[in-house]
Amino acid sequence: MPSRTVYSASVEYLQIMDEEGHVDAKLAKDTLSDEEILKLYQFMVDCRQLDEIAFKLQRSGRMGTYPQNKGQEAAAIGSGYAAKKGVDFLVPCYRENAALFLHGLPMHYILLHWMGDERGNQIPEGVNMTPLSIPIGTQMLHATGIAWAFKLKKEPRVAITYFGDGATSEGDFHEAMNFASTLQVPCVFFCQNNQWAISVPRDQQMNSATVAQKALAYDMPTIQVDGNDLLAVHKASKDAIERARQGGGPSFIEAVTYRLADHTTADDARRYRDTKEVDAWIGKDPMIRLRKYLERKNLWSDEKQKAAEEKAKVFVADVVKAAETIEKPLISDIFDYTYAEIPEELERQKRTMRTSSLGQDPTQAGLAAEPSTY
Amino acid sequence: MTTTLEHPALPEPAILPDFTKPLPSREGDRIIQFREALREAMSEEMRKDSRIFLMGEEVAQYNGAYKISQGMLDEFGPLRIIDSPISENGFAGLAVGAAMYGLRPIIEFMSWSFSLVAADQILNNVPKMLYMSGGQWGCPVVFRGNDGAGGQLGSTHSWCVEGLYANVPGVKIVIPSNPYDAKGLLKTAIADPDPVFFLESERMLGDKAHVPPEEYYIPFGQAALLREGKDCTIVSFGRPVNFCLEADEALRAEGIECDVLDMRTIRPLDIDSIIASVKKTGRIVVVDQCWPFASVASEVVTQVIERAFDWLDHQPLRVNTEDVPTPYSKILEAEYLPNPRKIAAAVRKTLA
Repeated sequence: MPSRTVYSASVEYLQIMDEEGHVDAKLAKDTLSDEEILKLYQFMVDCRQLDEIAFKLQRSGRMGTYPQNKGQEAAAIGSGYAAKKGVDFLVPCYRENAALFLHGLPMHYILLHWMGDERGNQIPEGVNMTPLSIPIGTQMLHATGIAWAFKLKKEPRVAITYFGDGATSEGDFHEAMNFASTLQVPCVFFCQNNQWAISVPRDQQMNSATVAQKALAYDMPTIQVDGNDLLAVHKASKDAIERARQGGGPSFIEAVTYRLADHTTADDARRYRDTKEVDAWIGKDPMIRLRKYLERKNLWSDEKQKAAEEKAKVFVADVVKAAETIEKPLISDIFDYTYAEIPEELERQKRTMRTSSLGQDPTQAGLAAEPSTY
Repeated sequence: MTTTLEHPALPEPAILPDFTKPLPSREGDRIIQFREALREAMSEEMRKDSRIFLMGEEVAQYNGAYKISQGMLDEFGPLRIIDSPISENGFAGLAVGAAMYGLRPIIEFMSWSFSLVAADQILNNVPKMLYMSGGQWGCPVVFRGNDGAGGQLGSTHSWCVEGLYANVPGVKIVIPSNPYDAKGLLKTAIADPDPVFFLESERMLGDKAHVPPEEYYIPFGQAALLREGKDCTIVSFGRPVNFCLEADEALRAEGIECDVLDMRTIRPLDIDSIIASVKKTGRIVVVDQCWPFASVASEVVTQVIERAFDWLDHQPLRVNTEDVPTPYSKILEAEYLPNPRKIAAAVRKTLA
């Protein structure tokens, strides 16, 4: 028997708008209108302002750790905008703020989350997303399960899940991809390849030429896009989402982007990254090219930019106020959400504010004062 | 394609069973196996609730590695009885997502030993989902499968996970010792709004007893007092309960009468029943098929000392496995596990 090729495949790369804001007219057809681009651009300005303020809040001790999104706004918003608000489901990790806000998450919820308040994870009615997932990769399986539920309930919805290049080294990633593929669920796997997993560069994370090729192993439609190109991200996402909605199963998207800031406020990227590399990526900033594009069409100007930034400042200042003025939780709230119904033992602890290790006979409870606030 | 879907409703609240309804008699002649009782519980619930599905390795085509799901694929079809890839973390995590969107998954681990590779999902996600979402996203999944040694499966396949997993708040842990309880407890587990770890024993799946044909739900956190006696309290859960009954039999021939308590659930733990019994007998032996260090037995003893120290006439004793990896050898494994001889000896010691 002669040897023969039993499988071969390739990965396409898509860019519609280059770094100078020039657009491939043919590819740009059926993508976003200028009106939509203007709207999304303001969103990006808002998000970048939030990053800046959140960083300052952390540095001044008013907030815990915060991961900046800077540089990845197009990836988040282009994909988020392709998903139908109120219909599809976002299953995020923690660096796609823009997509979440676009789907209706009030901005101060993100600050609440990073300030260490679980109420930031109580997603408002009408916003289809799961809470931020901090462990790396676990949420991809949840997305697969949510998509499985869509399929079982015969609902034409799609789940889109976000993760970084580092997360594709996790078993959860491969298990989620395999399940999504074997069960053919309506799920889109959106990888924000931002080149760095804290201090580990992508080429040390994997020896694969692309992240996108990992999906080939699962026979999943896959594409690599310029993740800093709003139009390319949106087109690839829309194609994948609509394919899933029509019963075409899961897809994979690798958005090639760059984390312009630190991993979080807990590290200093200057210690492990070459400044030249960062400078090169600053030139590829998704917002700079959008601005050039809009200016060329006479839709943008320095004045408009200034006004947009001013608007973002006022907006984000209100957001900070909303997060910082929320009523503090009661200490006794700690007991409320471990079980659907509070068990007797926790009820007793809540009532007395005494732990079981104190060995209190429950019949002798009531020794402590009423639950206090801080 | 429609685009006018409403925002999906949050998962419907669980319709909890009516626990005030008296339970049917344990006596009768409808003798079936433990595995059939489990199947009956799942099938009855699945007939009533289309949100429930069963997923696991070999559960569909092969009718289950231990034939628990025999015939269920034929009745419920491949969308509700699903053979999964060999990917425990995968189907555990998938169940979390499915539960978040309102389904009621039953996940079969062929062995709880295999659940260790799914630890991040079942310990780090499942029990915390409700808490971390401020009460918004529950995780009503039943994880069930074989737990414990006794079948010469070697160290890696003989895990008793209850000692390890009971440390984590947010889950309920159920461990029946007989077919009657298996049906009633599994039905409650499926209806429960919280995640439930349901621990079966491969050694008991062929055990036979009367199981009522009607629907019944055994509430969690209520121990069964299987024998009554004034001399000592024997507390156990799962398979070793049967060894306790054998020990009690032998002890009665010597004139020693024990309370034998089958806890049935570890979380919640019916500590009140244990304390009430200890206040009567003044002595306690806790029998647990986990390793002794930081075990469920340790927890029971601690709580007894915290709450009933002054009633004790002898220090509490534990009968656990030996503190070594589970032996493969038949004779070593038998000696490693709690058995009636060790239990009876411990009771005698409390009375000496």
